[in-house]
Amino acid sequence: MGIGMRAFGAVTLAVGVSCHAFAAEPVKIGMITTLSGPGGYLGEEVRDGFQLAIDQDSGKLGGVPVAVEVEDDGLKPGSAKDIAQRMLSGEHIKLMTGIIFSNVAGAVVPDILEAGAFYVSPNAAPSSFAGKDCNKNYFVVAWQNDALHEAAGEYANKLGYKKMFILAPNYQAGKDSLGGFKRTYKGEVAGEIYTKLDQTDFAPELAQIRDAKPDAVFQFEPGGLGITFLKQYVQAGLMEKIPMVLASPSMDARTLGAVGEAALGVQVASHWNSDFDNPANKQFVAAYEAKFHRTPTYYAAMGYDTARLIGSALKSVGGDVDKADAFRAALRKADFPSVRGAFKFGPNQHPIEDWFELKVVKGEEGKPILKTVGTIYKDRADAYAAECKM
Amino acid sequence: MLLAEQILNGAQFGIMLFLLAAGLTLVFGIMGLINLAHGSLYMIGAFAAAWAGNATGSFLTALLVGMGAAAAIGMAVEAVVLRRLYARDHLDQVVATFGLILFFNEAATMLFGRQPLFARMPPWLAGSVELLPGVPYPAYRLAIIAVGLLVALALYLLVARTRLGMLIRAGNSDREMVRALGVDIGLIYTLVFGLGALLAGLAGVMAGPVFSVQVGMGEQVLILTFVVIIIGGIGSVRGAFIGALLVGMVDTLTRAFLPGLLKALLSTSEADAVGNGVSSMAVYLLMAAVLLWRPRGLFPAHG
Repeated sequence: MGIGMRAFGAVTLAVGVSCHAFAAEPVKIGMITTLSGPGGYLGEEVRDGFQLAIDQDSGKLGGVPVAVEVEDDGLKPGSAKDIAQRMLSGEHIKLMTGIIFSNVAGAVVPDILEAGAFYVSPNAAPSSFAGKDCNKNYFVVAWQNDALHEAAGEYANKLGYKKMFILAPNYQAGKDSLGGFKRTYKGEVAGEIYTKLDQTDFAPELAQIRDAKPDAVFQFEPGGLGITFLKQYVQAGLMEKIPMVLASPSMDARTLGAVGEAALGVQVASHWNSDFDNPANKQFVAAYEAKFHRTPTYYAAMGYDTARLIGSALKSVGGDVDKADAFRAALRKADFPSVRGAFKFGPNQHPIEDWFELKVVKGEEGKPILKTVGTIYKDRADAYAAECKM
Repeated sequence: MLLAEQILNGAQFGIMLFLLAAGLTLVFGIMGLINLAHGSLYMIGAFAAAWAGNATGSFLTALLVGMGAAAAIGMAVEAVVLRRLYARDHLDQVVATFGLILFFNEAATMLFGRQPLFARMPPWLAGSVELLPGVPYPAYRLAIIAVGLLVALALYLLVARTRLGMLIRAGNSDREMVRALGVDIGLIYTLVFGLGALLAGLAGVMAGPVFSVQVGMGEQVLILTFVVIIIGGIGSVRGAFIGALLVGMVDTLTRAFLPGLLKALLSTSEADAVGNGVSSMAVYLLMAAVLLWRPRGLFPAHG
């Protein structure tokens, strides 16, 4: 806990001796992310995806040398604030990214924006910053938090489920998730349960689900909670009888590895999947697997996209982030090949993107994989864009 | 029918807690040591078993490796670190064993990475048994109940009927006198600690296929384990058994039925909010009530 991790991109070498005219100091990028604790793999994925983009460009992004400073926030908003303060005032970093959890983002992002720096989010996107508190220097590459649950609600409609049982942990993101789901889901809610954040045994909830006889279950139990829930759901013999719809954070390549065959048949709403058939994605997945020997999760994909977006903007200002207006305008254009395929920013600088139906099936080697089976939404914007006055 | 199923769930959760609490209460009661790192031994059992299970595909091997690793590491930690702490006050013990938690969590991260591990379920326990018509109950959970009852019986026989048990009880009431009589109390402490670690490892192995095997999994159950031994009375295996069942039942039944019952009195959203709030406090309310009635727990081991 609180164990700082420092990893400088091996980039300083890129400052050539021969070409003083162009080789300014590398652009510093501050990455505050969660690397320790049960959620630690999420930050690890974002960091690795981001670093892959830099390595592919031999220490540069958009042809501009960059130096990334990575720090672990330990999922503590307080320590993340301290790190941000040091990066902003001590090291005069103008460009930051990396935060995974919305409660950390809620504490840190206002500090970054007040200091006049840019923040490009690879994951966390709480509703306030998408609506009334939107900011011209704040960009989100992944999504708006509610969008994933809205997409899951629409997926349930499409699958024809008339009666759903929904559950999530009793904290802000859990409440947002059930709220987002109910915003688009048109059928009846047969039961709604808030579980404890430190819960290890879900048997009582499973018995209630069996008793309510719903068409399907939607749950937002992130990380280890979700793994526990899925295992116990299958062991209780519920998976054959009551199918499950999930938002993407509840089922990624790593979760799948821990759950194993128990996850077969689960239906997931997501904005990215490793099997997307576009050139940017194919080369990303191949390069990531070659380097890290594991299937990338969407966290890695978003880290990669974030780096390439930053690269596209750095290129257009020649690496001078102090040209803030030009840099911002270039970010807004989103002129980079996203691994998702179609991607652009809405008026609140959150994504307008497509959402897809994924399903866990048996892969070629017999191991379960996530397979894209259809489209939920085309060019979906978020629910808060109208409240944003920029 | 739902009630019967939930009672079974409560018993199963209670027995899971008992496996952890039995070791902790022996160590706490006999050696006077507060060991926060007990949860780490549980984690070691789960990780070692998941690793061995994935490497060999055999649940029996996983079981032996998991329990063996927890017991061996437990006894090593006792000899290297904890032995120096018996004479110190409880605060020093809490700080030192908290340090051990950090150490083991980081070590597990370095060895296994940050993502949760896959733990194999033995195929012959993967199915479910229809105990009541229409209510299939997972066979693995029934196995947990059976193992827990066996452990309870074995511990009872060990403590009440054997020479080692007699020494444990004697050490519990007056360790100076036991030492004066020429018994190697240090050896007994190491054995008791190893037994506690073995049980924690067993709990970890059993938990693997049901829970998420990840760094920090021990801390999730540690607090409830302490509640169990405080309710049961520190140092008493019988108390740990009854306390664990009580905690398991109360936790499960309030979570399952309180929101529903409150809906008869309040509006739906209020009933949900109050029900959720009270059911997550229920175990601690139970502990407070027991302590008011019997300040030393239900079955205090010291005379």
